[in-house]
Amino acid sequence: MKKKLWICLSLLLVIPGLMIVTSCTKKTVKADLAQTQEDEAAKLAAEKAKQAKQEEIARQRALDEKRRQEEAARSKIIAARNLFVNENVYFDFDMSNLKSEAQEVLKRKAEWLRNNPGESIIIEGHCDERGTNEYNLALGDRRAQSAKNFLIDLGIAESYLTTISYGEERPADPQHNEKAWSKNRRDHFIIE
Amino acid sequence: MFKKNYTTIFFICLIATISFFVESAHCRTEYDYIDINNPFIRKIPIAIPLFNSMSGGEKEKFLSEEASNLLSKSLEFTGYFKIIDRDAYLVDPEKPDIVVSNINFKNWTGIGAELLITGGLFLKDNIIEMELRLYDTFKGLLIVGKRYKGVVNNQRKMIHRFCGEIIYKLTGNRGIFDSKIAFVSTSSGYKNIYLCEFDGHNSEQLTYNKAITFSPAWSSDAKWIAYTSYSKGKPDLYIKNLKDKHGAIVAKKGINITPAWVPGKFSLAATLSFSGDSEIYLLTGTGKIIKKLTNNWGIDVSPTFSPDGDKMAFVSSRSGSPQIYIMDLDAGQVKRLTFQGRYNTCPNWSPMGDKIAYAGMGNGQINIYTIDVEGESPALQLTHDSGNNESPTWSPDGSLIAFSSTREGPCRIYVMTAYGTDQRCLLALPGEQTDPEWSP
Repeated sequence: MKKKLWICLSLLLVIPGLMIVTSCTKKTVKADLAQTQEDEAAKLAAEKAKQAKQEEIARQRALDEKRRQEEAARSKIIAARNLFVNENVYFDFDMSNLKSEAQEVLKRKAEWLRNNPGESIIIEGHCDERGTNEYNLALGDRRAQSAKNFLIDLGIAESYLTTISYGEERPADPQHNEKAWSKNRRDHFIIE
Repeated sequence: MFKKNYTTIFFICLIATISFFVESAHCRTEYDYIDINNPFIRKIPIAIPLFNSMSGGEKEKFLSEEASNLLSKSLEFTGYFKIIDRDAYLVDPEKPDIVVSNINFKNWTGIGAELLITGGLFLKDNIIEMELRLYDTFKGLLIVGKRYKGVVNNQRKMIHRFCGEIIYKLTGNRGIFDSKIAFVSTSSGYKNIYLCEFDGHNSEQLTYNKAITFSPAWSSDAKWIAYTSYSKGKPDLYIKNLKDKHGAIVAKKGINITPAWVPGKFSLAATLSFSGDSEIYLLTGTGKIIKKLTNNWGIDVSPTFSPDGDKMAFVSSRSGSPQIYIMDLDAGQVKRLTFQGRYNTCPNWSPMGDKIAYAGMGNGQINIYTIDVEGESPALQLTHDSGNNESPTWSPDGSLIAFSSTREGPCRIYVMTAYGTDQRCLLALPGEQTDPEWSP
């Protein structure tokens, strides 16, 4: 009888103990599962972030590249434009015929005009200070006209070309020597 | 010469000129003082003592001195006279006798004076009365005597009228004393057109553009001026009435430059390049094209007309270098005038009709030349080794030539006789002066 009591008593103690143990075990398993899930999510997020970052970098790189290209293109355009404006056509004293260098310069001008359809230009004819004002005005006109006619022959429409003579009124170099004079006998080009 | 309008009608009302010695009328052509073939070889010695101050007041004395000095300067300007220094006089220069009955002509012939001018001035209430007389000292004769009356401010005009009378008696031509000179000056910071009297006095700005403005040309009634200006960004031709400033603009594409009026007509020639080639066109005074005068590939520029308007000289590059040509306007024939040198421009036809002045380049220098219109004798070089000399323009009597020169550094306007003697600066304003154009 006493034995039975002991068993009962021990059972009484063991079962709840077991119950506690099992319940405890169950709890641990559950916690482990949650932990794993959390880790995975974080990993995923990190990966995603990494990917996004990489994508962003790539995007930035592409943008930079594009910007660089655009800039290069723009500076190329500006350079071409500057060359167009800065490159004069020069003449001999009292002459308005186009020398071979002058013709090469004008061919480049025609190319630029073809690459930039719709641009209108002014051709300024200038003279050196020698000679008389009145005649130099007519000579400057003739020099501008020579360049205009050459550009028309190269296929540029006349409507985009205006000429103006300044005679000896606007020297590029105000000095009184052959070096200055040779710089002043010129056609200068302006983009409208 | 008196056809020209005075700035004040007031002046005409106030000045009464009275020829008060009948004898002067008889001797108009009897005198042969000035050889018009070359009047500057021998200058006529003339004595101009201080004018008598009639009442002796301080202001009157001052005005008398001023008037006699102005008379001396104005006559000297013509190049015909040698003014005898007052220090050389045998009579008291302050108290000369002024009427023929009192003058001891030996006192004047003794110092070499062939002509004598005496004057008396009376001032009352800001009104001057002047009696002026020109004598032939050797003949003891009065050549011209005049009385003038007007406000003090018009003293200059009175003296110049008397100068005109003197020159008329001696040469048969009214002279230059009523004329003006248009020119270009950079004084305002831009090239603008100015006017001054024949002797460079009283300069006034005519155009107030903030752009290159130049090449003035007088109509033969002196009522209009045509010029070129970049006011609208390119060289356009402006035709302007001097009195009310109305007018016309010729603004065709290309250049619209070098106007020259047809004598006696409201019409002018100018170079236009709207066709792509610079040609000279005849225009109405309102700027409409009448006809094309030149028709030649190359530069045609700078027209100038003979006084009868039958012929036109101009510059053309048709021979390969700028040379002066003469066109018979009726027949349309063109004849080359200049053959000396490779650069001859700026022709200006003498009002006497026989010569053309121009600017020619040789040895890197530009000088003024005259050539007879028949082109039979070689051109006469008038300026030498004195910088660049451009834009010659004849005085209305053909005795003087004004031009621009860089002889003293900055470009200024100078005057010389038609034979190149007596070269002197006409005026010096700030900046540079160019393009003189003598009025008719």
